[in-house]
Amino acid sequence: MPRLLFEKTGTAIWMSHLDLMRVFQRAFKRAGLPLTHTKGFNPRPSVSIALPLSVGVESICELLDFDLEGEPIPVEEIRDKLNAALVPGVHVRECYETGRKIRDLSLLRCRVTLEYDIGVPEGAAEAIRALFTRESLTVEKKSKNGTAEQDIIPMIRSLSVEPGERGILLLDGIVCCQNPTLNPAQLHGAIVRYLPEYAPDFCHIRREEIYDTTQTIFR
Amino acid sequence: MTDLKSRILPTVQKPARYVGGEWGQVRKNKEDVAVRVAFCFPDTYEIGMSNVGMRILYGVMNQIPDVWCERVFAPWGDMEQAMRDNGLPLWALESQDPVRDFDMVAFTIGYEMSYSNILNMLRLSGIPLHSGDRQGLQNMVFAGGVCAFNPEPLADFVDFFSLGEGEDITVEILDVYKRAKRENWDKPRFLKEVSKVPGVYVPSFYEHTYAENGVLTAVTPLEGAPEVVTKRIVENLDTAYFPTEMIVPSTEIVHDRANLEVFRGCIRGCRFCQAGFSCRPVRKKSPEVLYDQAVKLMESTGFNETTLSSLSTSDYRGLKELTDKMLPYCEANHISLSVPSLRADNFSRELMEKLQAVRKSGLTFAPEAGTQRLRDVINKNLTEEEILTTCAQAFAGGWNSVKLYFMLGLPTETDEDVLGIAELVYKVIQAWKANAVNKKRGLRVHVATAYFVPKPHTPFQWEKQITPQEYLRRCKLLKEHFYSKSIEYDYHSPDLSRLEAVFARGDRRLGPVIEEAVKMGARLDGWDEYFRYDIWQDAFARCGVNPDFYTVRGYGEDELLPWDMIDVGVTRKFLLRERKRAYGDTVTPDCRHGCAGCGANCLLEEVTCDA
Repeated sequence: MPRLLFEKTGTAIWMSHLDLMRVFQRAFKRAGLPLTHTKGFNPRPSVSIALPLSVGVESICELLDFDLEGEPIPVEEIRDKLNAALVPGVHVRECYETGRKIRDLSLLRCRVTLEYDIGVPEGAAEAIRALFTRESLTVEKKSKNGTAEQDIIPMIRSLSVEPGERGILLLDGIVCCQNPTLNPAQLHGAIVRYLPEYAPDFCHIRREEIYDTTQTIFR
Repeated sequence: MTDLKSRILPTVQKPARYVGGEWGQVRKNKEDVAVRVAFCFPDTYEIGMSNVGMRILYGVMNQIPDVWCERVFAPWGDMEQAMRDNGLPLWALESQDPVRDFDMVAFTIGYEMSYSNILNMLRLSGIPLHSGDRQGLQNMVFAGGVCAFNPEPLADFVDFFSLGEGEDITVEILDVYKRAKRENWDKPRFLKEVSKVPGVYVPSFYEHTYAENGVLTAVTPLEGAPEVVTKRIVENLDTAYFPTEMIVPSTEIVHDRANLEVFRGCIRGCRFCQAGFSCRPVRKKSPEVLYDQAVKLMESTGFNETTLSSLSTSDYRGLKELTDKMLPYCEANHISLSVPSLRADNFSRELMEKLQAVRKSGLTFAPEAGTQRLRDVINKNLTEEEILTTCAQAFAGGWNSVKLYFMLGLPTETDEDVLGIAELVYKVIQAWKANAVNKKRGLRVHVATAYFVPKPHTPFQWEKQITPQEYLRRCKLLKEHFYSKSIEYDYHSPDLSRLEAVFARGDRRLGPVIEEAVKMGARLDGWDEYFRYDIWQDAFARCGVNPDFYTVRGYGEDELLPWDMIDVGVTRKFLLRERKRAYGDTVTPDCRHGCAGCGANCLLEEVTCDA
């Protein structure tokens, strides 16, 4: 199955995962690229997006698998036609004939931007750095069956905390994104829970890159 | 740093509905346009984006090079709270600019219970509610839609109303506004000039006088305003503007599909139906034009569903030709074609089977009344036999659920008519027992009753609404006569329909009531989550207005009605004649079996009524 590498930025970050599926299905149609449909009572266009993205999270490394009817079309043409038919904020970076098996996708590099309206409190960077070097760090994880406690330390491969522009602290982390999964929002959650005095006024998250278990870029 | 709005968005439900950026939205450079219109739909994004009228008028306005029309919807309660907490004024989606920066603020109103949303949206925009408190040309508020056919409850707030179909009149209104802005007119001068556009009603140019018993006695036009304002229509739908490019929502809405209107008007004449009379005369669109527009629309939007809409699609003469053309296209392109509001005739049954090849939809009937006598009174010519035959065929074809909609409180209704509903439902169950192919799956009969609301410009515009207590008694009576476990019975709460009745036939004395209710927090009344009847009751009490005056009192045939200065085409004489026939249990055949002389054909100059 062919695969897209795409970005979800700007106003598009407010679409849900299901919204995004629909947006792509319609974009394929507008682009004159007919998707194959699943068999069955309720045929659905065959598109699937690898790791559902939370509403409000930005990403420049999303994957979408799809299948077209008819003769194969050059991947560059698919990319260009789709980009002409997509909404602002959703942009195809590359299209591949095939990709690696999604189950080999394992790690995610994310950037968490902590915004402090009246400036970064003194000692915040050090305290946050120290927080994530603890032996264990339990954070609430929301799931379909309510909330559960989860130790996030084993799922953090690396994490740096650096000052950004005025009033900003940047966390740059490589974390597990599949079996098990750490939602980068939990990094923010840990700060709010354990270092309430350093809780930011706003937190923005962006997915930067995806890797397999050996930290090789995954496509 | 992230801006305030983007910080609020993660905290509200479905933030995508507040940011715009959908496929097909129109963006212009605000420095390059002469007029900016904030086109407001007084309900949520999901409801408003499903409205075909709004989509057409968005296209009409934006095809004018120096006009930029943007969309505004009512925020959901969580967003409204966040806006108030943070002092964030209501914005338009395309530019994200505050509504108060716009030249014109337009509303389309299709439902009386959205009146509170109109005022609330003005409040959230920081725009003064009263027309008289808005000086100058900025924030000129105008409104159209079915509710504008009795605009009086909104007379204090709306500067002018645009009556009827908007394709042409909207362009004419914008022309006057452009000239006003260019020549620096004041607001009175603009209102005077715009009142000369046929179909424009300026409420401040009319003085209302009431008798001591509260009845309206005189409506006096001022400033040379016309005594009667006649609604506008588009004569030729084939050549009328229709957008073949439309906004494709990025998030789920109620009717997420391409909507093709096959004709306007209705030949049926159900005596309770406002649209059936006020949308006359009948004008059709040709199957060729529709097919062409459908294909263009599907290709430009990528929708995978399309629907043929009208007040009664089975009455569209070109239905066979159109569906014969569309079905192969739809099947080849994985598009599902839906045809709602089909009547229970033979062709429709065949068509339903063909449509099933794409998707199986539900079986729904709206007999409205339980006995043939009462169906004759309301002129709903759907017979028991038609319902039972269609049900029997459907059950034999494997369907196992049916929805039946009725009204309670119709003129002349007795307990016998109420129990007639139970009998009809019982016969439907019998039809299932006799015809079902797989009885193990069981049958579900969903029965719903609504509380009859008399509407202006219908033969029942003078009728009394029964009291809420009487309505509930009839609901209970009916419920006691449903014996089968297959029946699911829902009845609408009377509170909302009582208010709907007040505002549908209301006059200017209701303006303060709406304002008071909105101040006390009324909004999103159409949503159970937010509807608060107690607020409205308080508002009536504080303003000294008795709702019964507009509901259970009924209006006299010799009484001046608040909407008498609005002409929708059908004559008062015709409505009176239809009312008499109703009381004589006499049906009026549909317009194809002889013109009943409603008068709406007088609105046509170039074409004749296509009934």
